[in-house]
Amino acid sequence: MWNRVLALIVKEFLAVLKDPKSRMSIIAPPLIQMFVFSYAATFDIKNVPYAVYNEDGGAASRELLAGFSGSPAFQQKFNIERQGQIADLIDRQEVLMVVHVDRQFSRDLLRGNPAKLQIIVDGRNSNTAQVAFTYVQEIVSTFNEHWAEAHGGPQPPARLDIRAWYNPNLVSRWFIVPGLVGVVLQVTTLLVTSLSVAREREQGTFDQLLVTPLRPLEILIGKAAPGFVIGMVNATIIALLAHFWFGVPMTGSVPALYVGMVLFLFSAVGVGLMISSLAKTMQQALLGTFLFLLPSILLSGFSTPIENMPVVLQEITRIIPLRYFMVILRGVYLEGGGVSMYLNQFWPMAVIGVLCLAIAGWLFRHRTT
Amino acid sequence: MDPRSRTAGEAQTRWPQAMRLAGLMHKEFLQILRDPSSIAIAFLMPVVLLVIFGYGVSLDAKGIPIALVIEQPGAEASAFAGALGNSEYFVTTTVRTMEEARQAMVEGRADAIVHLRSDFARQLRRPGGAPIQVLLNGVDANRARVVSGYIAGAWQTWLISQAAASGVAVTVPVAVEERVWFNSELRSRDFLVPGLVAIITTLIGSLLTAMVVAREWERGTMEALLVTPVHIREILLGKLVPYFALGMGGMAVTVGVGVLLLGVPLRGSLLVLAAVAAVFLLVALGVGLLISVATKNQFVAGQIAILTSFLPAFMLSGFIFNIASAPLPIQWLTRIVAARYFVSILHTVFMAGDIWAVILPNLLVLAAMGTIFLTLARLKSRKHLE
Repeated sequence: MWNRVLALIVKEFLAVLKDPKSRMSIIAPPLIQMFVFSYAATFDIKNVPYAVYNEDGGAASRELLAGFSGSPAFQQKFNIERQGQIADLIDRQEVLMVVHVDRQFSRDLLRGNPAKLQIIVDGRNSNTAQVAFTYVQEIVSTFNEHWAEAHGGPQPPARLDIRAWYNPNLVSRWFIVPGLVGVVLQVTTLLVTSLSVAREREQGTFDQLLVTPLRPLEILIGKAAPGFVIGMVNATIIALLAHFWFGVPMTGSVPALYVGMVLFLFSAVGVGLMISSLAKTMQQALLGTFLFLLPSILLSGFSTPIENMPVVLQEITRIIPLRYFMVILRGVYLEGGGVSMYLNQFWPMAVIGVLCLAIAGWLFRHRTT
Repeated sequence: MDPRSRTAGEAQTRWPQAMRLAGLMHKEFLQILRDPSSIAIAFLMPVVLLVIFGYGVSLDAKGIPIALVIEQPGAEASAFAGALGNSEYFVTTTVRTMEEARQAMVEGRADAIVHLRSDFARQLRRPGGAPIQVLLNGVDANRARVVSGYIAGAWQTWLISQAAASGVAVTVPVAVEERVWFNSELRSRDFLVPGLVAIITTLIGSLLTAMVVAREWERGTMEALLVTPVHIREILLGKLVPYFALGMGGMAVTVGVGVLLLGVPLRGSLLVLAAVAAVFLLVALGVGLLISVATKNQFVAGQIAILTSFLPAFMLSGFIFNIASAPLPIQWLTRIVAARYFVSILHTVFMAGDIWAVILPNLLVLAAMGTIFLTLARLKSRKHLE
């Protein structure tokens, strides 16, 4: 039996690797994706262009504005003189934010009245606007503290001492990069496996395979092998990249990461083969993969927390293997912990993998074209 | 010569061309209708994505679980707990020891810990004030930053109410007055749904077209077509028109469901939106055709279409991630991503209106890109004929 399976595995590898274009398309894309997207996918803000409309001009207002120009989050582009210029600059997206210092700013400040600082933000990108506000708040509260100290104002009776666990400097890349490892792996693995059966069905060679002495389980192993092996190689490379190139710490145990990888690839190969066995043509297989791929990335918790979703969608995420792998990846990289900590993430992936492979094997014979 | 007979003669030579073109398109439409996967990607995919973006994926943090440690209950601590609890952003769970709170955070049941020490009430009356320790779960840095901002807001509210209660007029030196234009409630749905139009049209225009046409090259039916009297221009047009129609249909579904069902505002005009989408779709189709001719292999065409058009449309277009925050080389790279120009127009037309200063420059780039890719696809197809 093993000779037969081995021969099939060799043939499946050849099918993927013999064409140089096809060979390139399984090695280069994951690396390119990992590099480009790790840099591009950030929720931090940097060099947000803003304009200053300072009607006051006093020393205090200049001190406050220095806080803005000193922050790497913002970059001053214009100094404006009239109210009317604000709309124009924001509409045209020349600036994302206008900092408006009131005419009575210095007077209010010295008299102990609250001095007004108006911030106008372009809300077209709601997330950037939101993050810009938190930076503005930080700058203004720092100014307020200094002012209160220097001018003997009333001290607040309590102060906040804020610290962050796992990611003390709140680098959003530490959150995105481990997640990308999962996303990139899922994309490559599904693409390789989802076309394997469909290609043979479209070319009519799958029927020939079925009349050989190979049993469905053996065909299943043969079809699953390339996706799994290519996946493991890719996984190892990009997992190393995440740590050594992008500097994401690795606080947890490597065995836990590998158990997670094996199980995740097992389930992803299962999903890919199931879609492939359902499809009659390569086009159906690829588009079917997309119908699964895109929602599964969005619902996996990669970019937004699952807890923010409505309960119905939260239940749906349970059938998505990437959801469990995401927890393992972020856990192993940032939070630490060994194999025993992720048991609740391991078993659902194993179950999904077994179910999908069983369905795929059944479909081999029962779906006739 | 009698002008009437000349037109008749021209009509005679043109008529078969039009017939041929109609025949080619008819064949292509039949192919689309026969394979449910194209229809699914054009009409089912937008609905699935709209449901996910409309109801599921939200960048807005609400109901953040917080563990509040109160070591020594008292009036002061309850007042602070009230300020946190009243905020719509938090769901607070009060515990007595730091150990319980740590456990909650490790297990993911809390996103932040707010710690009031046993001597909180006493410290409040001392100069220098009482420290309130805040621990954030920093794994999701973006969320942590927002949570930290919300906690600071609740703290500010509490300070003001404390001052009012004790009869001392405490004022903050500088008060920030925030105004958000175009999306005053900062709903991430209004930001994400317009960008979806670009994702859907990219999927149909580039991925679907690349695969379908690559299949014809792979099977040799394209060569068979090329030896018939049909002009290459007609073959390409016969491919373009049906997928153009499918793409516009997908766009219409996205916009319709987004505006009517999800209540996303459309402040610009529908006409401008349709016109811009049409130009973008031509770019996407041009890319799709070019990929199919260059690869002539469905698997590779699919892979390349995903890598060069779909994933960039998702990650490098400003659809979710802000381009200006990326490192400079990545920003340069986004300049060759057509979806970037489309997404910029989409955000403006949906949320701000028909602002020509934004629409025109982006539209010009799209038109130029469309011309380049369609011409390249045409040239590349002809070369293979020879």
